[in-house]
Amino acid sequence: MSGRLLVAITTFIIGTAFLNTGACLYGQEDHHEEHLQEGSVSHSHEGEESGSHDEEFNATEYILEHISDSHDWHILTKKDGHHVSVPLPVILYSKHSGFHLFLSSKIAHGHSHEGFQMGHGSVLVENKKGEEVEKSLKGKIIEVDAHGEMVEAGLPLDFSITKNVFMMLLSVIILLWVFLSLARSYRKMGISEPKGLAGFIEPVIVFIEEDVAIPNIGEEKYARFMPYLLTVFFFILINNLMGLIPFFPFGANVTGNIALTMVLALFTFFITQFSANKGHWQHIFATPGVPKPILLIMIPVEIIGLFTKPFALMIRLFANITAGHIIVLSLISMIFIFKSVFVAVPSVVMVLFMDCIELLVAFLQAYIFTLLSALFIGMAMPEHHHD
Amino acid sequence: MDLVTPGIGMIFWSTLFFLILLFILGKFAWPAILTAVKARNESIRNALNAADKAKAEMAKLQADNEKILAEAKVERNAMLKEAKQIKDSLIADARERAAEEAEKLVQSAREAIQAEKAAAINDMKAQLAILSIDIAEKILRVKLDDVKEQKDLVDKLVNEADLN
Repeated sequence: MSGRLLVAITTFIIGTAFLNTGACLYGQEDHHEEHLQEGSVSHSHEGEESGSHDEEFNATEYILEHISDSHDWHILTKKDGHHVSVPLPVILYSKHSGFHLFLSSKIAHGHSHEGFQMGHGSVLVENKKGEEVEKSLKGKIIEVDAHGEMVEAGLPLDFSITKNVFMMLLSVIILLWVFLSLARSYRKMGISEPKGLAGFIEPVIVFIEEDVAIPNIGEEKYARFMPYLLTVFFFILINNLMGLIPFFPFGANVTGNIALTMVLALFTFFITQFSANKGHWQHIFATPGVPKPILLIMIPVEIIGLFTKPFALMIRLFANITAGHIIVLSLISMIFIFKSVFVAVPSVVMVLFMDCIELLVAFLQAYIFTLLSALFIGMAMPEHHHD
Repeated sequence: MDLVTPGIGMIFWSTLFFLILLFILGKFAWPAILTAVKARNESIRNALNAADKAKAEMAKLQADNEKILAEAKVERNAMLKEAKQIKDSLIADARERAAEEAEKLVQSAREAIQAEKAAAINDMKAQLAILSIDIAEKILRVKLDDVKEQKDLVDKLVNEADLN
């Protein structure tokens, strides 16, 4: 069992490292796109074709492109500079023209469709203080008028099934499939020993129950929160792992996306606040054993503390996963910065090493998020033993 | 900046997906899995408890056996001891009685010897008297040269000899 697991992990890491390198080899050549659509490959328009091969490799751009979300799923770039990518659905809501749904290939290569096109450059927008700040439009869909000029308030609400959303959907489907079939097999086999997948997953479930939930929330109350803790753990874990696999339909930086980590942190925040008992609020507004004048300082501190906890959850997961992706991509970028095949050897070795660490981090961050969620929930339900 | 600015689309979809996941797994997967795991743990715990109990019982049984064995040993020793005592006392008794008997025998033998001895002495005394008379007679006979007297003496001796 452990031997097979080891082989699987090793294969995963080595495969990941080489595919990363491979993906980049193609990714270096730029600018010409070709779309997989209904099984056929259509060549993009000729106008943009130019000698991009001489262009200096821009590591920052390359890395940022790989860790950010995008409207289509770039798979590879052919030797002649043509990109192959999978178009994804674009869903937009505009104040001017309502809902729109079309494939991302419609607005690729600077095309505009139904009055929308990919933004480039930047635009000046007013922030809350009334100052004008520059806002990058790269990667955003903007609404344009007939002359190709951006209309007033031309940033539609973008509900597109982007790369991240697509991989997240895939992870949800995998999780549902795995755990529903697991539940069915449990119903069928009763209390006999766990076999196959169950043998691998059950210890993790038991670990979360006995070492995360019970010690932090307490024997009597923990059961209510088990579904959330298990769901959040496996959701983060599978997205972390899928994010490490560098080919379609994996490799999106879902758990390194601030919106996703924010949503998860907010789930923990709301669950914590709604399950809080009297002791929690008493602790915030009238900390026992603290003199009245000091409460003037304590109350704001405690209230800030309410929000810093989920904020830290959000930033920790985002930063850890994004940083891991950046390191791996940087190591691969070195090959193209030095333009030498000899750099590839140490680079791949280091990527292998990083992938091992990332594998650990994938489990660790899922565990930490779950542990801290359990801790915060537990802290909001203090037992009445200090009064 | 884009990297740390949450986008509305991702917020919407991740909330929706996570809620769906939480709902479906929370309703159909986790309770079944957790119940099964708990049931198995329970059964394992019970089995272990039963095994422990059986072990304790076994140990108790063994202790009992040992106790019984020890008791039996003590009893046997006591019995052996008693038997030995009985044997010893029997032998002692027998010896005593034999000694007594022997004493008695010796006593009666001694009495008989005494009686024999007394009889012998008496006999000897009579013989001695006769002998001395005979000797006296023979001495006397020498003095009696008288034929008649001699004849009488001879007759008398003959008679006496006949009597003997």
